[in-house]
Formats: sequence, C-alpha cells, structure tokens
Amino acid sequence: MDQFTLNLIVVGASFALYIGIAIWARAGSTSEFYAANRGVHPVLNGMATAADWMSAASFISMAGIIAFVGYDNSTYLMGWTGGYVLLALLLAPYLRKFGRFTVPDFIGDRFYSQTARIVAVIALLVISITYVIGQMAGAGVAFSRFLEVSSSTGLWIASAVVFCYAVLGGMKGITYTQVAQYCVLIVAYTIPAIFISLQLTGSFLPQIGLFSADASGQPLLAHLDGLLSDLGFRTYTEHHSNTLDMVLFTLALMIGTAGLPHVIIRFFTVPKVSDARASAGWALVFIALLYTVAPAVGAMARLNIINTIYPNGIDGETSLSYADQPQWMSNWENTGLLAFEDKNGDGMIQYYNEANAPAIAAENGWAGNEMTTFNRDILVLANPEIAGLPGWVIALIAAGGLAAALSTAAGLLLAISSAVSHDLIKSVINPGISEKGEMLAARVSMAIAILIATLLGLNPPGFAAQVVAIAFGLAAASLFPTIMMGIFSKTMNSAGAVAGMLVGLLVEMVYIFTYVGWFFIPGTNMLPNTADNWLFGIQPASFGVVAAILNFIVAYIVLAMTKPAPAEIQDLVESIRVPRGAGAAQSH
Amino acid sequence: MSDKSATAYWAANIRLITICLVVWGIVSFGFGILLRPLLSGIAIGGTDLGFWFAQQGSILTFIVLIFFYAARMNAIDREFGVNE
Repeated sequence: MDQFTLNLIVVGASFALYIGIAIWARAGSTSEFYAANRGVHPVLNGMATAADWMSAASFISMAGIIAFVGYDNSTYLMGWTGGYVLLALLLAPYLRKFGRFTVPDFIGDRFYSQTARIVAVIALLVISITYVIGQMAGAGVAFSRFLEVSSSTGLWIASAVVFCYAVLGGMKGITYTQVAQYCVLIVAYTIPAIFISLQLTGSFLPQIGLFSADASGQPLLAHLDGLLSDLGFRTYTEHHSNTLDMVLFTLALMIGTAGLPHVIIRFFTVPKVSDARASAGWALVFIALLYTVAPAVGAMARLNIINTIYPNGIDGETSLSYADQPQWMSNWENTGLLAFEDKNGDGMIQYYNEANAPAIAAENGWAGNEMTTFNRDILVLANPEIAGLPGWVIALIAAGGLAAALSTAAGLLLAISSAVSHDLIKSVINPGISEKGEMLAARVSMAIAILIATLLGLNPPGFAAQVVAIAFGLAAASLFPTIMMGIFSKTMNSAGAVAGMLVGLLVEMVYIFTYVGWFFIPGTNMLPNTADNWLFGIQPASFGVVAAILNFIVAYIVLAMTKPAPAEIQDLVESIRVPRGAGAAQSH
Repeated sequence: MSDKSATAYWAANIRLITICLVVWGIVSFGFGILLRPLLSGIAIGGTDLGFWFAQQGSILTFIVLIFFYAARMNAIDREFGVNE
C-alpha cells in the first residue's frame, strides 16, 4: 500500500472515531449539553482541556521553531506551560465561583458596564481571530502534505474542513471527543519521538535521550553544537538572543495563557471551586507529556537533517547528491515548503550558514546554502520520514496534527461565535432576538472568522507558533490585567477597567501592526520585523507585557480620579473570594 | 463568615500565592534564563543545569506547584470553614 492511501485510511479512521464518539455521547446527554463537564472525572477533564489547548502551534510548529534556534526558543516551552500556574492560582477558582459562561460576561457584570462588555468582546475577537490564523496555517501545511497538494490548496481544504467541523457544533461540547483527540495527538507525537530517541541514543525516553550520548560517543547536544558551529550556524545550547526580550516573551506567553478566553471558559463549568484548582494541574500534566518531548524532537530532528545531507560527515568533500535525495525531500518539495537550488552546479546539496561562511565552504567550492527553503512547520510532520520510520507512523502524525489543529480551531470558533451572538447581540444590541436568530448569528460569525483567517493564512505573518504567540501578546495586554483587577481589587471601577483595556489592547495592536502589517495584511508594515527595528529589541508578542503594565497603570490612574466601585460590587468581589456557596454556572 | 476571618482567610491565600509565584519565577526566569550563567558549572548531558531547567525542569516544577497550591488551599478552606 502506498503512503498516500495509508494517510487517507489513518486520518479517515481518526475522524470516524471522533464523529462516532460524538454521536454515541450525544444520545444520552442532549439536555446536559452545556454542562458536559459535570460528572466527568477530573483526569478526563484535564485531558480534554489539554486537547482544547494544544493546537497546531504546539503540535506542528513548536518543535521546528526550537530545532532551528535551540536554547533561545525555550521561551515557548516555559511560557506555554507556566501560564497554567497563573490560571490555577490567580483566576480559575474565582471565575468558577463567579459562575458565568463567557469572559465578556464576567467583565461586563463585575464592572457593571455594557461598555466594558463590548470592549471585552472586541479584545476577544482580535485575540481569537489572530489565533485562528495560526491554526489555519498549521492545518494547511498538514493537509498539503498528506493530500499531496500545494500549500495554498491545503489551506483552502483545511478551511472547508474546519467550517464543517465547527458548524457541527455539539461535537465541541462533548468532553469524550476531546479525550479521544488528546489520545490520538499524544500517541502520534510520542511514538516517532521514542523511535528516534532509541535510534540516536538508545534511550527509550526522549526526555532522557536529549541529555544522553549518541553514536559519536559524545553527548547528543555537544555533538549537535559541534556540527552547527562547523557549518557556521549558532550553537544550539548557548544563549544568543536579547535577554530582555527572552524574559518578556516568556512572560507574555504565560500571562497570555491566563487571559485566553477559550481556555478560561473550561474552568467555568467544573463542579466545584476546588476542582477548578486541580483541573488546571491535570491539564498541565497532559500538556507536559508533549512539552517535555518537544525539545528532544527539535534537537534530534536538527541532527538528523544534518546527517541526511552530509552522510559522510561534514568534513568530506561529498554531500547528499540531489538525484539520490530521500523520498521525504521530494514529497515536501512538491508542497513548495521545502526547496533546493544547486548554486555551484555540483549536483549535491550543501546546507550551511552562508552569512557566516565556515572555512569548509571555501575549501570545497560551496557557492551558498542550497537548502533555500525549509518551512519550520514541516519539521514535526516530516520527522518520522527523516528518521526512516515505517509508513503507519507517518500517517499517524498527520492524523495527530489535524486533531490538534481542529480541536483548537473549533474551540476558538465557538468562543468567537458565542461572543458575537451571546455577548454582543443578545446582551447589548437586540435582547429580544429569537433562539433561531442567535444560532444564525453564531454560524455567520464563524464563517466570517474562518474566511478572514484563511485569507490571512495564505501569507501568514510568521510560522504557526509565531502567529499564535502574537495572539498571546494581545491576550496578555488586554484581558488578563482586567480580569486580575476584577478579582484582586475590590474598588476597581468600570471607567478604570475600560480605559485600561482600551489602552492595553490598542498599544499592543499598534506595535504589532507596525512590524507585521496593518491587520496582518502583508506589505503594509511600516518597519521591517527584525530585531534591529524593535523598541529595545522587544519583539511584537513580547511587547504584550509592556502593554499589560500600561493597562494596570492607566486603570489605577483613572480609578484615582473617579468614584470607586459601588458597595454591592465590592460585596460581589468579597463573595467570589471564598469557595463556599458556588452554584452551577448560569447564563446571563 | 465574619469580616475578621474573611480578612485572615484572604491574607493566608495571598501569602500562599506569593510563595508559589516566587518559586514559579525562580525556576523559569531565574534558573532557566537570568541565573543560567551561575549554574553553568553544573554539567548535564553536553550542556548545563540552566538549559535543563529551561527545557524540562521548569515544566515539571509548575506541575508540582499547582498540586501543592490546590492541596494547601483545600486545607485552608477547611480551617476557615469555607470549603464546599
């Protein structure tokens, strides 16, 4: 059986599994649709949260981003896990006690203001649509490979599938589907990693293999560092980037995690306040299974790529001849996401850093780096092929990548549609809207969000994980500080919250758009998106921390100039701080 | 719940949160980034302890922190009689 058929069978089987579970689980629990989490064991709920949270950025993109940079991109690992500590300690238990279904509901009620609710909806839409662009970019890469089409065709197919998937609606609410998606995703990610770790280091656990010796006799990371510096690249384990930016980027991802609407809503519906605390812990356990494997995947893949291109070692005169290239290279060349150019006409591929050309380049007559394109987002998907693993593993990883992208995209689209139909139309514009009208508004807003994300995803402002990081910068700047103040400051009033949110969101948006283009439209940026042009070397996503600080400062200045929150609101804040008496979450 | 015990309960919570967040910051921003040069003497598999904290250790510490906080808070809830 050829690889293409195998891919179709495995991906098709995984989809059949999700739909099957959705139908099976739905029959018994239609009435408990919104409260699907209740009565589900916290461990299973943690798995479902992990599937909801780990997206194309985590699964498809992150290891590739780490592989080509090394230590400096550890920020993604710490940032996307450290946020769960903030969620468990600072937000989840109190939001659960408050008992609403959406983030704008909390902000609108706590700050007793329709304006605050509307600003929160706008922030939510900006964050979620940016996030969906990243998902579409990742899902597009996965579809282009396993259906063997160009990357833009892959993206359009992905958008059609996401649309059908999200509009099926009920699927998202059913925890067991997400548990299945988590299982597919984690098995697909770890099996190739275990195989590769065994091949390279003999260690069964990739987390141990990363720090073990390989066939060269030296530690794998030391071996990799040596090869990279011989080829003129920066070493893998050393720190090269701007330290301030590294700290801010990590912090932006952390507080962004705690401000993401589709993550926060998972904690609204757990049965008890104490469960809200623990469920963040269980979610992180399941997330950590992928996140501790990812750095091993990255380092080992980088080593395997170098070994593939220089089968006789980098000191020899010969490298991989283009005619003999392995199947995975030609497969990915078809998608346009991997490209070679034989600059010195010797029929062989050379891969090195031409900007810092090593001595061996001149000695061997190399005329430039010949692996001209290597899209970071293909690394995880290509990884089993690079390591020469069996066909079923390759098919499995396609299914896993799609599970990650689809489960998160569906969650985000649900957050977008409920913000528009419930928080904006039902609560503000037209309270008398019929249930049918509300559903229609939800579907239309989903379709528009997918269309925008697909158009912008055709030429994304970065690799999937980088686009998603920008969404985190926006969440950090706007929603996190406001929710924090809603819980930890009894006196914070509506004027302060609204002013803070607006300043935080606008400052971060303007900073991002200056470098990546207005509304992410390519070519409309005013300054090139490089470290030399950033303010103090702070990249757009990291700037979310600066904007968050401005959000706090502006809110407190406005509070000092206006009347504090009324007594009944202060009593409300008092009551959400103690767990006793938490009823079921209720609609506004 | 009286005002006095409500204040004491909240103060106990804030104290616990502060302790946990100090550990959270030390393992990630500290050992993983800013203090890494200080840990460079401790070699681990071809690199140093700071690298291990940045790519493995901080994540494992985060898990422990959340369960520690949840367990301690459950005890504090019972102590103040505000458990569910």
